[in-house]
Amino acid sequence: MRDVAIIGIKNTKFGELWERSLRDIVVEAGIGAIEDTSVSGKDIDALYVGNMSGGRFVDQEHIGALIADYSGLSRNLHVPATRVEAACASGGLALRQAIMSVASGYSDIVVAAGAEKMTDVGSEEAASALAAAADREWEGMAGATFPGLYAMIAKLHMHRYGTTSEQLAEVAVKNHKNGCFNPIAQYKNKITVDDVLNSIMVADPLHIFDCSPITDGASALVLAPADVAHKYTDTPIYIKATAQASDTLALHDRRDITTLDATVMAAKRAYSMAKLKPEDIDLVEVHDCFTIAEICAIEDLGFAEKGKGGIVTENGETAIGGRIPVNTSGGLKACGHPVGATGIKQAVEIATQLRGDAGKRQVAGAEYGMTHNVGGSGATAVIHIFSRER
Amino acid sequence: MSSVPRFWRSLGSRYNLEGTHCKECGEYFYPPRNVCVNCRRMGELESFKFKGTGEIVTYTLIHTAAEGFENQAPYTLAIIKLDEGPQLTSQVIGDPDKIQIGTRVKSVFRKLGEDGDRGMIYYGTKFIPADA
Repeated sequence: MRDVAIIGIKNTKFGELWERSLRDIVVEAGIGAIEDTSVSGKDIDALYVGNMSGGRFVDQEHIGALIADYSGLSRNLHVPATRVEAACASGGLALRQAIMSVASGYSDIVVAAGAEKMTDVGSEEAASALAAAADREWEGMAGATFPGLYAMIAKLHMHRYGTTSEQLAEVAVKNHKNGCFNPIAQYKNKITVDDVLNSIMVADPLHIFDCSPITDGASALVLAPADVAHKYTDTPIYIKATAQASDTLALHDRRDITTLDATVMAAKRAYSMAKLKPEDIDLVEVHDCFTIAEICAIEDLGFAEKGKGGIVTENGETAIGGRIPVNTSGGLKACGHPVGATGIKQAVEIATQLRGDAGKRQVAGAEYGMTHNVGGSGATAVIHIFSRER
Repeated sequence: MSSVPRFWRSLGSRYNLEGTHCKECGEYFYPPRNVCVNCRRMGELESFKFKGTGEIVTYTLIHTAAEGFENQAPYTLAIIKLDEGPQLTSQVIGDPDKIQIGTRVKSVFRKLGEDGDRGMIYYGTKFIPADA
C-alpha cells in the first residue's frame, strides 16, 4: 500500500443556492480543487463522488457520469467516474474509495468529491428523502422521522446520564459561533442557549435549532501518492488512516441506543492504523446532524467518557481553544449539511486547519485532525485521520 | 409509503407481530429476519408469533410528522423491547404524560397511516400502556 496525500481542496458556498444546479456546484468544487494544485485534467485517473439521493432531490441518477461530463472529463478524456452512496456518509465513503484507489496503485491522481442539491424540492419531500437513510419498512412505516430517531437517542442519554437540554443547546451555540468565522457557512449568526430552547419542538427533546439544516453545497479534494505530492503542492496533507464500520440499519436493533457501535469500531480501526490515540488528535470534525449526535460522537471517538459528552461541551472543552476543538467549520449545524458533500467538506476543513489557513477559527499548532461521518442513525461510520507531517 | 404490494407482503408481521426464531441459538427476531445474525447460514429460522407485551426503552413525541402521518401529530414514537427479547419501533397511543422509559406496554391493532385522501389506508400494530 502507498501513502496518500491531499494536494487540493475546495468547498463551494453552502446554503440555499436557488440559482445554481447540482452540476454547477460540483463542477465549481472540482475545478477549484484542481486549481489548488498544479495538476491538469488529463492527469486525473479517476473520480469518486459522494451523493446520497440525486434521484429524490433532483430526479437525476447516474451522478458520476453527469459530473465527469460537466467537468470536461468525459468526451475527450473518458475518466472513470463512480458515485458512492451511504446516506449522509456518502462523502466520507467517496473519500475512502479514492484513498484506496491511490493507495493500491490502481490510480495516481484521483478527485474525491461530494455534492447534494437539496432545495429543488420542498422541505417535506427533502425530509422524506432523508428518512430513506433509516429502515423504511420498520422505522419509516411506523412514523419515524430522522429527528425522531435522534430524539430517542437523546431521551435515553438524558435519562441514563443526566444530559440536559441546555447541554444539547451548547453544541448548537458553539457550532454557530464557529460558523461565524467560516466564509462558506450557511449560518454565520451567533445564537444563545435560550434561542435553541425557545425554538419550535420538532421531536421532543430536539428543537429545530438542535437540527442541521437542508443545504445545497459541494466539496472536492484531489489526492496523489504521498511520494510525489510535493510535485503538485507546497502544502500536502497526509492521510494517516481511513476506516469504516457498519451497524444495524434500524436504531432499535442496536446493542445500545446511546452508543454508535459503528463509530466505536471505525475509530478503533482508525487509531490502530494511524498508531495514534484520542489524546494525539488536535481537532475533529464530527457528524452533528443533531446536537445529541455530537455528544455521542465525542464519547464514542474517545474524547469524552461515556455519558460525559454534555458536561464536556458545557465546560467549553470542545470550543476552539479548548482541549479538543470540535467542528471548527461550524459543523453540520451551522456550516450546513448537503448530505453527500458533508464528508468531503469535513476533510477540506481539517486540511485547511493543518495547512494553517483557517483564519479566525484556526486551531493553533494543529498536527493531527480527524473526520467522523455517519450514515443514517449510525448504520455506517467513516473515520479519517490526517497529519501535517508525513 | 405508496406501494400496496410492499405493505401487503408483510401483513402477517404488521397485523399479528409475526417474527422469526432461530432454533440453533434461540434468539428471536422482530422485524423478522431470514438470516440469523449469530449463526448466519448455520441458523435454522422458524416463524414465531410474539405475545405483544414489552416495555419502552426510549421514546419521543414527534411534532413535525413523517409524510403520511401529518394528521396524527403530535404522536409518540417509541423503541419497545418485547418480552421475548427483540426491540422494535412503534407508535404508543394514549396520554403522552403516562409514557415513560420503562413503561409496560401491550400491542393493539390500529390504523397506521394513509396515502393522501384517496390512497391506501395502512393498518398495523401500535402499543398502549399495559394498564390502560
